[in-house]
Amino acid sequence: MKWFWYASPQTFYPLAAQLARWCGLAAVVLALAGLYIGFFVAPTDAQQGEAYRIIFIHVPAAWMSMFIYVVMAFWAGIGLAFNTRLSGMMASALAPTGALFTFIALWTGALWGRPTWGTYWVWGDARLMSELILLFLYFGFMALHASIEDPRRADRAAALLALVGVVNIPIIYYSVKWWNTLHQGASVSLSAAPKMAATMLSGMLVMALAFWMYSVAAAMLRVRGIIRERGS
Amino acid sequence: MSEFLQMGGYAWYVWGSYGVTFACLALEILLLVKRETKN
Repeated sequence: MKWFWYASPQTFYPLAAQLARWCGLAAVVLALAGLYIGFFVAPTDAQQGEAYRIIFIHVPAAWMSMFIYVVMAFWAGIGLAFNTRLSGMMASALAPTGALFTFIALWTGALWGRPTWGTYWVWGDARLMSELILLFLYFGFMALHASIEDPRRADRAAALLALVGVVNIPIIYYSVKWWNTLHQGASVSLSAAPKMAATMLSGMLVMALAFWMYSVAAAMLRVRGIIRERGS
Repeated sequence: MSEFLQMGGYAWYVWGSYGVTFACLALEILLLVKRETKN
């Protein structure tokens, strides 16, 4: 792979279209498979009934909301360190999709919480608050970028905000351990066996892959728009 | 079929989640495709 060749926006532009096409196709196939598993293969939960089927989008959306932020901050940092034009464009391309998944995680969490916890929202729950702060970090990144006319200066200012905000990611992740508030701990982690049926877990993982492929496709389409609009 | 749609009494919560998620993603794709074809 000629990595540095693709660091130029012009040479990356056609590759981005190919990536968007194939990742978009993969997202559709994976989403159909994930929905099939989630609704027709995975059994009804003994405690939560059918309401638990919300987790097939809630958990993958929450994972993506954090993952996209880290990738966005990574590109923002690369742009700051090496002054590469495409890096800042990548960060800007990821922010709206990250904000969208953060909103979806909050929305589906509320609709899951109502039948399960008896409430849509709890002020003061550590997980809910840190995820809400993540949404504001995405909004802040986009607003700051939009408020500065020169795109290269906007890239640098927004990159600083993105990098400072990374501190919120481990806070979200560990919030359920550090503060024992309403949101339950992880049912799936890298260090322990999953605490759910195999079909439920596979439905969640396939949906996570679908959202991941979707995010790549959306970011690639958006970075093409940014490259065109900056006229570079 | 109607039993499936009722989701054991949790229809609003389940379909409210899936519906809003689908609408959000569809809207984003629509805007991006529009931007792609505009210029």
